[in-house]
Amino acid sequence: MGTIKILIGKELGNYFNSWSIYIGYVVFFCVCGFYAWLSANNLFYIGQATMKPVFAVINWLQFLMISALTMRSFAEEKRNGTLELMLTKPVKTWELIDGKFFSCLLISLIALLLTFPYYVTLAFLGNLDHGTVLLGYFGLLCMAAGYISIGIFASALSRTPVTAFFVHFGIAICFQLLFGMLAEQFNQGFMNSFFNYLSMEEHFDSLSRGILDSRDILYFCSICAIFLSLSRFCIYKNRY
Amino acid sequence: MDVIVENLTKSFGMQKAISAVSFKARQGEVLGFLGPNGAGKTTTMKIIAGFLFPDCGEVYFGKDSIRKNPARIKQSTGYLSEHNPLYEEMNVVDFLTFIAKLHRIPRYKIDSRVVDILQLCGLEHEKHKNIKELSKGYRQRTGLAQALIHDPEVLILDEPTTGLDPNQIAEIRELIKRIGREKTVILSSHILAEIEATCDRVLIINKGKIVANGTSAELRSKSNAGKTLRVRIGSAGEEDIRQALGALPGIQKLNHPAGSPFFELQSDRETAIEQLIFDTCARNGWYIQELTPVETRLEDIFRQVTQN
Repeated sequence: MGTIKILIGKELGNYFNSWSIYIGYVVFFCVCGFYAWLSANNLFYIGQATMKPVFAVINWLQFLMISALTMRSFAEEKRNGTLELMLTKPVKTWELIDGKFFSCLLISLIALLLTFPYYVTLAFLGNLDHGTVLLGYFGLLCMAAGYISIGIFASALSRTPVTAFFVHFGIAICFQLLFGMLAEQFNQGFMNSFFNYLSMEEHFDSLSRGILDSRDILYFCSICAIFLSLSRFCIYKNRY
Repeated sequence: MDVIVENLTKSFGMQKAISAVSFKARQGEVLGFLGPNGAGKTTTMKIIAGFLFPDCGEVYFGKDSIRKNPARIKQSTGYLSEHNPLYEEMNVVDFLTFIAKLHRIPRYKIDSRVVDILQLCGLEHEKHKNIKELSKGYRQRTGLAQALIHDPEVLILDEPTTGLDPNQIAEIRELIKRIGREKTVILSSHILAEIEATCDRVLIINKGKIVANGTSAELRSKSNAGKTLRVRIGSAGEEDIRQALGALPGIQKLNHPAGSPFFELQSDRETAIEQLIFDTCARNGWYIQELTPVETRLEDIFRQVTQN
């Protein structure tokens, strides 16, 4: 655990040392704010005290931004050779992966916390169901964790950050959109429930409606476990 | 801690990088690794450092095996790789502190250790610069500093003096020799003079196989090139001397560079060539002004074993 903490410290230091992360935060905050308060169907217009429309925007924004956040993680380390430096230090491969995973997750958490003032404002304006909103935030964090693990896998697979970006986009869009669309194609039966189960949107929906189901938690945990193990496999493969 | 390498074999796809490499690096010894480009030096070093996994074979650090106890081995090993990868966006002090933490140096010792190592590697004036702003020489020093920060038992250095200025090269060689008195150092280099100056034992690798192993003196005596002598003879014509020396038994080669008063002759090791030269001179009434044995250079041995 100590090593992971050291690695997280280093990763966060590197992220917050560059301008791009602050630009990312400002863009994220502004776009969410614009959609929540200023756009055509803003929170005043719908006449209900609910964060659901804002969550939908956050969901898509973080989907895009996590690609940019994770693309460098391993692709750049491989290209610069620093992966060799790390793996000849007393650091295990899974510690390296977890360090990157948790640092990205913390960055996503900070981004989500930036939208907390919207929630507070809305709570003053109307009668808000706090449980639902908090579960919605939890759902967004789970989705972020899922996409980060996919992003780290894409980065471990690719030689350059740009390739990693597109690989991540390709895999993540399946979970974000395509599996849901496929499920709609099959009205019912096994295929319908299978694709519905795979679709991340479906699991997020039930959380944002305020239903805490162990199956959803299990789903997000399995996504993280599967993609992080695949990343470990990719890194191991390069060393053989 | 001794490092024992047994039957190390590694292929990349169809191409065999190293094949059945075995050797032992003893504690208190600097082992030099020599070989032409693509001979397998770096691959061997990467396997010993624990980055690559061998196809077969074992590496033991004392009693620990690289397959079973990699974490413990890495804790007591310092490795400077060929391209010296560093985190460009970190500054020197932060980087060294980060590496020190990874090596589990107690928190209260880290600062003093970092200051010591900055001084040792001559990095005090550059310590607050980002690594990407450093010149090649300073980058190399930073690489060396990260390999030394935890005072490792075994030091693996892949071409450590590339990019350094002559003063720094001398300092680093001195440092390596000093470390080598107590610890185990494995060092690779293209520069033969460096190997000869720093290493107690030399290992020559060619096409993935070890072709020579021993101290420089041992390698010289084993080398099948004969002994070479430099002779200067007075009070005689050059042509007479050339004929007389050329007629001696056991002579392999006789050189007389134009304009030089010296003759360079190579003979087989069994012939007592010095005595024959003396007798010839005495017979002809010539006198010997100089008779110097020329040692076989490591370069010649290197060429001999890697070109066959």
